[in-house]
Amino acid sequence: MTTSGIFQILLYLVVLTLLVKPMGVFMTKVYNGEKTFLDFIFKPIERLIYKLCRIDAAQEMNWKQYGAAMLIFSLVSTIALYFMQRWQFYLPLNPQGLSGVSADSSFNTAVSFVTNTNWQGYGGETTMSYFTQMAGLAIQNFKSAAVGMALAVVFIRGIARFETDNLGNFWVDMTRSILYILVPLSFLAAIFFVSQGMIQNFKPYDTAQTVEGIQQTIAQGPVASQVAIKMLGTNGGGFFNANAAHPFENPTPFSNFIQMLLIFIIPGGFTYMLGRMTKSAGHGWAVYGAMIFLFLVGTFTAYWAESKGNPLYPATVNQQVVGGNFEGKEVRFGVANSALFATITTDASCGAVNSMHDSFTPIGGLVPLTNIMLGEVIFGGVGAGMYGMLVMIILTVFIAGLMVGRTPEYLGKKIEAYDVQMAMLYALIFPLIILGLAAVSAIAPDFGLSSLNNQGAHGLSEILYAFTSGTGNNGSAFAGLNANTLWYNTTLGVAMLVGRFFMIIPMLAIAGNLARKKQIPPSLGTFPVNTPLFAALLVSIVIIVGALTFFPVLSLSPILEHFQMMSGQTF
Amino acid sequence: MPARCAQRILSLYAINIIANECFSLTADWAGTRPAPTKYMKNLITSALMILVFTFALGVIYPLAVWGVSQVVFPYQANGSLIKNANGEIIGSELIGQNFATDNYFHSRPSAAGNGYDAGASGGSNLGPTSQKLIDRIKTDAENLQKENPNQQIPADLVTTSGSGLDPHISPAAAEFQIARVAKARKISEADLQKLVAKFIEGRDFGIFGEPRVNVLKLNLELDKQWSVASVQ
Repeated sequence: MTTSGIFQILLYLVVLTLLVKPMGVFMTKVYNGEKTFLDFIFKPIERLIYKLCRIDAAQEMNWKQYGAAMLIFSLVSTIALYFMQRWQFYLPLNPQGLSGVSADSSFNTAVSFVTNTNWQGYGGETTMSYFTQMAGLAIQNFKSAAVGMALAVVFIRGIARFETDNLGNFWVDMTRSILYILVPLSFLAAIFFVSQGMIQNFKPYDTAQTVEGIQQTIAQGPVASQVAIKMLGTNGGGFFNANAAHPFENPTPFSNFIQMLLIFIIPGGFTYMLGRMTKSAGHGWAVYGAMIFLFLVGTFTAYWAESKGNPLYPATVNQQVVGGNFEGKEVRFGVANSALFATITTDASCGAVNSMHDSFTPIGGLVPLTNIMLGEVIFGGVGAGMYGMLVMIILTVFIAGLMVGRTPEYLGKKIEAYDVQMAMLYALIFPLIILGLAAVSAIAPDFGLSSLNNQGAHGLSEILYAFTSGTGNNGSAFAGLNANTLWYNTTLGVAMLVGRFFMIIPMLAIAGNLARKKQIPPSLGTFPVNTPLFAALLVSIVIIVGALTFFPVLSLSPILEHFQMMSGQTF
Repeated sequence: MPARCAQRILSLYAINIIANECFSLTADWAGTRPAPTKYMKNLITSALMILVFTFALGVIYPLAVWGVSQVVFPYQANGSLIKNANGEIIGSELIGQNFATDNYFHSRPSAAGNGYDAGASGGSNLGPTSQKLIDRIKTDAENLQKENPNQQIPADLVTTSGSGLDPHISPAAAEFQIARVAKARKISEADLQKLVAKFIEGRDFGIFGEPRVNVLKLNLELDKQWSVASVQ
C-alpha cells in the first residue's frame, strides 16, 4: 500500500461525504414535488409526458397498485428490449451489419438491463448495434434506475407517513427521477467524459495502419452518453466488452474518480433523504456511518491483498514497482484505484469494472464477492440499496427489541410479526437462489463446468460469483466463465428476475404495512436509531445475516484458494 | 439435524407467504377493483411511457451529447486518432498497439483478440492460481531477462491489462527497455533516457492514478528523432 494510494481513497471519501447533504436535500425536494431550480426546463416536459401518457399525477397508489404498475412496466420493457435485439438488423444505425442476437442471449440481456443488473453474457462491440446500445440498453439504464429509486422513495414514505394507504404515484416518481436527477447529471457527466477522451460518434469502426504496419480495427460508437448513465444509475453495463477498463470508456484516472463518485452519489443522497423525510437527520447519518464503515473495511482489505502481489510469480518479476498483483489491471489506474473501484462497484449494485476481478488475488476477489452477498446494502444500487438497508434496519430494531424485552419500535412505529416475516423472506430468497443454482452448476460437467476458464477452487469462485452477481443484480463478473451458453443465459436470467422482483414484493408489503400504522410517542424503552450504538448494531446484523449464510461456500472457494496459493499450488 | 428441520419449515413458510401475496395481488386486479381497466390502463401507460422515453432518452439525449461534444471536443469525441502526413490513421492516442521489433518500446502483453485487437477488448481472466497464467509469466520473464539480465522485470511487462488495450506502461517498464532499444537503434542510452523522462506523465493533478508512459507517443517521437530507415 502506498501513501498516494491511501490518500486517493481517503480523498474519495471526503468528496463523497461533502456531496451527500446537497444531493439529499435536492432529492427530497424532487420526491416531495416541491419547486427545484430545474423547474424552468423540466416542468413543461414533465407536464407534457403526463399528458402524452395519460397519467393523473395527483392520484396516489397503495402498495399493491404501485407494485402492479411497476411489474407491468418492467414486463413491457423486457419484451420491447428482447425484440429490439432479435431484430436489430432491421433497425437503423448498424454500420457493422451485426446480425440478430440469439434467443437465450436476448432473454438474458433484456432481463439483465430491466432488473438493473446489466450482467453481460455478450461482448458489446461484437454483438450490439449502435441503435440497440442507444435506444435499447442505454434507455433501460435510465428506466431501471428510476424504478429502483421510486421503490426506495415508497419505502421511505411508508416510514414517514402514518395511518394511510397512499404511498405516491409510480409514474410520477419514476418520471421525476429521470427528469430532475438522472438526465441533468448524466448530460454533464457525459460532456465531461468526452473532454477526457471518451468517444461519442456514430462512425463505423476505424481501421488504423499501425506503426509496425499491422491493421488495427478500432471500435467506435456513442459511448459517453451511455457510460454517464451506466455509472450514475449503478447499472454498470459496458459499451465495450472490457467495460470501464477500456480506454475509450474510462480514459484517465480523473474520469475514473468521477465515475466512482457517480456510483455512490445517489445512494449517498438517499441516506440523507431518509433522515430528512422522517424528520430524524441523525438517523440518516447513522445509516451513512454504518455504510462508510463497511465500505472502508472492504476497500482496505482488497487494497491490502492486491498490494501484496501474487507469490507464485517468478522472483525475477518485480510486482512492487507497479504496486502489487497486476494481471488484469491498467497502468493508469494502478492497484489502489482498481481495488477501490472493485469495492465501490460491488458495494453498490453497479457492476462496472476497471480491472478484471477474476484475476484478483483470492482475498482481493473475496471482497467484491462478499460485498454482493451482504445484499448490496453498503450504499447499494440506486434505490435498491436503500430499501435493502431498510429491511436490515427493521431486523436490527427487531433484534434490539428482543434483547431488552420490549416491543420493537422504529421511528414512532411498532415493528410487528408481519414486518419481520416479510423482512426475513427478503433476506432468505437471496441465498436460496444463489446457493441452489451454483450447486447445480458445480456438479454438472456438461453444462456447468464446461464454461470454466479456471480450474480448482477458483472455478467454484467463478460459478459462485456469476449467480451472486445475477441474483444481487450487480452485473460484474469473474469474466473468465463463459456465460453465453443456454444454461447460464437461462438460469442467470431467472436468478436476476427473482433477485429483483421477488425481493421487491415483500419489501413493498412492509412499506404498505408500515404506512398504515399509528404513531406512538417515543418512551424510555425506545431504542434510539440515531446513535453510533445503532450504527454498530446495524453493521453486525448486516454481517451476520449476509456473511454467515455464505461462509461455508466461501471457505471452499476464495478462502481455500488463498491457502493453496500461499502453499504454491497451481491448477 | 434440528437446523435442517428449521430450515425446511422456514422455506415452506416463505413459499406460503409469497403465494399469499401473489394471490392477493391478482385478487386486486381481478376482484374488488374494476380489473380489466386497471390492468389495461397500466399496460397502455407502460407502452406510452416506453415510447416517450425511448425517443427522449434513446434519441434526443445521445444526439444532444453528440452535438455538444462534436463542437466542443471533436478530437476526443472521434477517438483521439493520430494520423500520418498523408492523413491515414496510424492509431489512437488512447488505444495501445502491438510493437514486436527491437526498435520500439513494447506495450504490455494483451489478451484482446490476437493482441491489441481494438474490436474485441478484454482481459485474460486467468485466476491467481492458474497454471496457464504462471507458465505464461515464466516464459515471458525468461525472454525479457535475456535483454536485461541484471534487472528485475517490472510486473506490467509480463501481465495483460484488463482491456487488452492499455496504451501505457509504467516508467520502470520503459526504463527497462532502454538498453534494448538503444542497441537496436545504435543510439546512446543517455539520449534515450532523456526522451523517456520527457514522456513520463505524472498523476492527474498530481493526485489521481499512477505515473505512466504512453507507448505509441513515445515510439512516434523515437521515429521522428532517429528514423528507423537510417538504422537499417
